[in-house]
Amino acid sequence: MRRVAGVVAALVLLWAPAAAFADCPRTTVADLEDEVMCQVCGVPLGLAGDAPQAERERAFIARQVGRCLGKREIERSLVAQFGPSVLADPPHEGFALSAYLVPALAVLGAAALLIGWLGMSRRRGRESDPSAPTLSASERERVDAALERWSTGRSL
Amino acid sequence: MSTVGVSEPRRTRWVVLPVVLATGALLGLLAYGVLAGGDRRSIDSALARGERPQAPALSLPSLGGRGDRTLADYRGQVVVVNFWASWCPPCRAETPMLERWQRRLRSRGGTVLGVDVLDVSSDALAFARRYGVSYPLVRDRDGAAAQRFGVAGYPETVAVDRRGRIAAIERGPVGEGFYRSRLEPLLMEER
Repeated sequence: MRRVAGVVAALVLLWAPAAAFADCPRTTVADLEDEVMCQVCGVPLGLAGDAPQAERERAFIARQVGRCLGKREIERSLVAQFGPSVLADPPHEGFALSAYLVPALAVLGAAALLIGWLGMSRRRGRESDPSAPTLSASERERVDAALERWSTGRSL
Repeated sequence: MSTVGVSEPRRTRWVVLPVVLATGALLGLLAYGVLAGGDRRSIDSALARGERPQAPALSLPSLGGRGDRTLADYRGQVVVVNFWASWCPPCRAETPMLERWQRRLRSRGGTVLGVDVLDVSSDALAFARRYGVSYPLVRDRDGAAAQRFGVAGYPETVAVDRRGRIAAIERGPVGEGFYRSRLEPLLMEER
């Protein structure tokens, strides 16, 4: 009986930390490195090397990971410490909005230009192709008649 | 034939106009980006001309305390605004000296004001405890206030005269020479 109780106690002791670990949101410093900026270096942590501010931010993130915080929670605590500019994703307001608007406008503008240019060159090709043969009235009538026959199924 | 002759310039205009507009917009954006970051240049060039530009407004939360502190709170005093961070090695080296300055300045109508920039507040507080900092400390979490002073590296120190104007800037660690040559004359000025 005493042996069984010992085994049960050992199982409980083993299970409790395992259960706690299972509940812990698993994220890593590396997982956040591309999404968090080293503001002094002006690049994401992943590219900041061993810059002092980057090292300090990594240490801060590691502490939050150790407290079992999830990725979003850690991002929120980073913003609380360093402001919204700590996130690599630029804020959707003010001058930073141009990071989204400029590429979108550039793509739209390029597409409009391409469409305009294609249409123009096609029209120009139709209207002023110097190699296109000019037909006389009698030739035009013969071509029309041939096309008429062809479209009604008769052989040319 | 006549259709082609009349519409050609109009068509060209439809292509050229968006290109000119897009180029103009991009240049405008570029100019804004460059000018928006021009605080450093404008302050430094004013100082180089012998002028004292008005210090930008500064209102920041106290580090580890309650409420905000503003630069205007110290009007009438010589203020040594020191931009620092606990992760910055040269800041560690100059902090004991700034603390000595604070003891000297206090009796002569001046103060050091430490602005902790882009830092974890608990790290900054531990730093302040470790170096026995007694001068007021504020927290500029995203570096916006530092940017208005044109701060690009850490540490940087700005001497503000009794009328709230920037009288000197050291873009890098300060030494005793800064106190003698820059702060002493300011302390002699009348309130």
